[in-house]
Amino acid sequence: MRELVFGRLSWDAIPFHEPILLGTFIAVAIGGVALLALITYYRFWGSLWRDWITSIDHKKIGIMYVILGLVMLLRGFSDAIMMRAQQAMSFGDSTGFLPPHHYDQVFTAHGVIMIFFVAMPLVTGLMNFVVPLQIGARDVAFPFLNNFSFWMTASGAALVMMSLFVGEFARTGWLAYPPLSGVMFSPDVGVDYYIWSLQIAGVGTLLSGINLIVTIVKMRAPGMTLMKMPVFTWTALCTNVLIVAAFPVLTAVLALLSLDRYAGTNFFTNTLGGNAMMYVNLIWIWGHPEVYILILPAFGVFSEIVATFAGKRLFGYASMVYATVVITILSYLVWLHHFFTMGSGASVNSFFGITTMIISIPTGAKIFNWLFTMYHGRIRFELPMMWTVGFICTFTIGGMTGVLLAVPPADFVLHNSLFLVAHFHNVIIGGVVFGMFAGITYWFPKAFGFRLDPFWGKCSFWFWLVGFWFAFAPLYVLGLMGVTRRLSHFDDPGLQIWFEIAAFGAALIFLGISCFIVQIIVSIRHRAQLRDITGDPWDGRTLEWSTSSPPPPYNFAFTPVVHDNDAWSDMKNHHYSRPVEGFIPIHMPSNTGAGFIIAMLSAVCGFSLIWHMWLPAAGAFAAMLIAIIVHSFNYDRDYHVPAEEVLHVEAARTLSLSGQS
Amino acid sequence: MSRYYLTTEHHPENGTLLGFWLYLMSDCLVFACLFAVYAVLGRHYAGGPTGAELFDLPLVAVNTSLLLLSSITYGFAMLAMNGGRLRETLLWLAVTGMLGAGFIGLELHEFAHLVADGAGPQRSAFLSSFFTLVGTHGLHVTFGIVWLITLMMQLGRHGLTAANRRRVMCLSMFWHFLDVVWIGVFTVVYLLGVLP
Repeated sequence: MRELVFGRLSWDAIPFHEPILLGTFIAVAIGGVALLALITYYRFWGSLWRDWITSIDHKKIGIMYVILGLVMLLRGFSDAIMMRAQQAMSFGDSTGFLPPHHYDQVFTAHGVIMIFFVAMPLVTGLMNFVVPLQIGARDVAFPFLNNFSFWMTASGAALVMMSLFVGEFARTGWLAYPPLSGVMFSPDVGVDYYIWSLQIAGVGTLLSGINLIVTIVKMRAPGMTLMKMPVFTWTALCTNVLIVAAFPVLTAVLALLSLDRYAGTNFFTNTLGGNAMMYVNLIWIWGHPEVYILILPAFGVFSEIVATFAGKRLFGYASMVYATVVITILSYLVWLHHFFTMGSGASVNSFFGITTMIISIPTGAKIFNWLFTMYHGRIRFELPMMWTVGFICTFTIGGMTGVLLAVPPADFVLHNSLFLVAHFHNVIIGGVVFGMFAGITYWFPKAFGFRLDPFWGKCSFWFWLVGFWFAFAPLYVLGLMGVTRRLSHFDDPGLQIWFEIAAFGAALIFLGISCFIVQIIVSIRHRAQLRDITGDPWDGRTLEWSTSSPPPPYNFAFTPVVHDNDAWSDMKNHHYSRPVEGFIPIHMPSNTGAGFIIAMLSAVCGFSLIWHMWLPAAGAFAAMLIAIIVHSFNYDRDYHVPAEEVLHVEAARTLSLSGQS
Repeated sequence: MSRYYLTTEHHPENGTLLGFWLYLMSDCLVFACLFAVYAVLGRHYAGGPTGAELFDLPLVAVNTSLLLLSSITYGFAMLAMNGGRLRETLLWLAVTGMLGAGFIGLELHEFAHLVADGAGPQRSAFLSSFFTLVGTHGLHVTFGIVWLITLMMQLGRHGLTAANRRRVMCLSMFWHFLDVVWIGVFTVVYLLGVLP
């Protein structure tokens, strides 16, 4: 009975003997208690539940995604700085401060967290916030599912965080290749934490992908044909197509791995006919599209920013769209370049090498489009534009080292080396992270009604840019010298200087992140001076800038009609005047707590499965099913915002606009 | 009136059916992976029993006809719904559910038999992929039946409202989708599996 309820969970699972973990736990516990106390003190619980947790407003869900991504960035970055410090110290007789057992968990957690719980939430959050506004819609197609998706992602993140203090995380690297991740070589809970956190978050990602595709296909404002869609919406569409076409593969392959671990099947085992390379193939069939899932929205962000801050229509709109679609398709034809060394033969390797190199053509076209948009423009070097230029310089170099790795003979030398680590950080930090910071700075005034402080933002930008190069240029050098990745100790003291430079770079990035936090605090304190009343602080070109900042819950009092790619520029050029009367009731979806409850039950179910607590797992699963069925009996899912309330909100805006002019 | 906004209420098309199609296609990819895995491992017997030795084709033929028949009866339920006949819709849905339950019953019987003969999913990679592919399909049918019962209760309570029609339509797509997948399973696993 004890076995059925508690499984393999016992007091031994709590890492009392690891001072680093214990210290972190105490810090997190004190922080958590302080946060809960503050919420209680300011009587914030009610409004937290009503206005945020149960909210189906796409703008609030988008903001919650971004907050989740930024919080997890702090966790993922602590892992990074621990690795950089360890590698800078651990030479010769010194073994550094992390034992291999712990170090392996750190690099695994770093990769998993940065991709699944930092980059994905930031990307999904921006798409959620921006897309409905850009296409002139009131919300997404399935507002309840949107809330549910967010909480599933958050549940996955919570499970990863829990592995820090209860049990341990996988020691397998971020893709958990078998047979290492099989039950034979990883019998403990680490890989199970990995599997269930990704499965739960994956459900959320898939559903939000379906949701945004339907939103973009079905809910565009009248007149917005596909080739009049803003480029960010186009990249969002392609990214979500990739999500729907790639995430089921991850779900399937992780399910097979869990069957191997839980049911004793032989998919990826060394014995009884299993084939471990099948796992590697399948997971990269998901994994390569995944990197385009992350980078395409960043490309969209840069397209919006370049056009806005150059004060020009985007150069080569149609070629931008076609390049995006071509990248979407090609991203499925390159997965094998992640393991040329599998030995599939010269012809297979050449095919995948060539398709990989072909991807650089549409990507290069995009870079030229951005450059030509700037050419002859009146560029304003505001912060989002600085991130964009930083991106173009950094990302191009990362792309070139990628083409280098696409050459199979070169890859045989560089496979699994720090050169590879430098390459993908070069494109992910230089592309995705810079893109997300650019996007957050660009749309922050839309979300909150005031700008971010530019001084601290510029500090953050420069620390990030310089820090990135200090941290990763040495890794290129080390990789070319043949140093492999994921090592916690080195014998050759001649290498140490490079790792010290890399650690210095990580310290600069630490300052960059700190400046970003300071920027947010300073901006909130100075929000009166940074206030934007117009709703259009950057002289924007697309529909989201035509409504107030922050937008009303219904986004637009009347649905806009679109005549041009840059719909809002077109409206401004034709001296558009805001409607101030004749409002009608607006049909809106109502809030519900169902998504939060089901997602929390799934987290309980996942945790129980990790620890083999079969009774609680069955109970939580049954409760989840019942909650879903009960929710399906609720037919009362919408309401009308009365016309008087719309009039009231719009009149208040008219007043503040006139006060400003 | 304005060139730049609608003064009347804007009704975007309902996206539920498109969304459900997209979900079905994502599910189809899960099955595609399982088929691919079966294609790779389907002959890795590891010295254990082969498909030719294990599969009972007459039993599977009965099973297949039950499922195909259930697709037809679901079609009758759709016709009744389009004619606005609630009782007849419910009747045909009940018949569909019964046929589905019969299918699951026979499948469980087959699985129990195999496990008892020492040909469980742990025996070889072939059997792992067999149980997983066929079992995943069976799991889908089981959830389909749970959904069907729920939906019948909702139809009984609210009648053939627009929301309920949409739900019946989604379950219809789900049910036919499982039928198509089963045809793949029947061909690739059973028919090709008994070949030497």
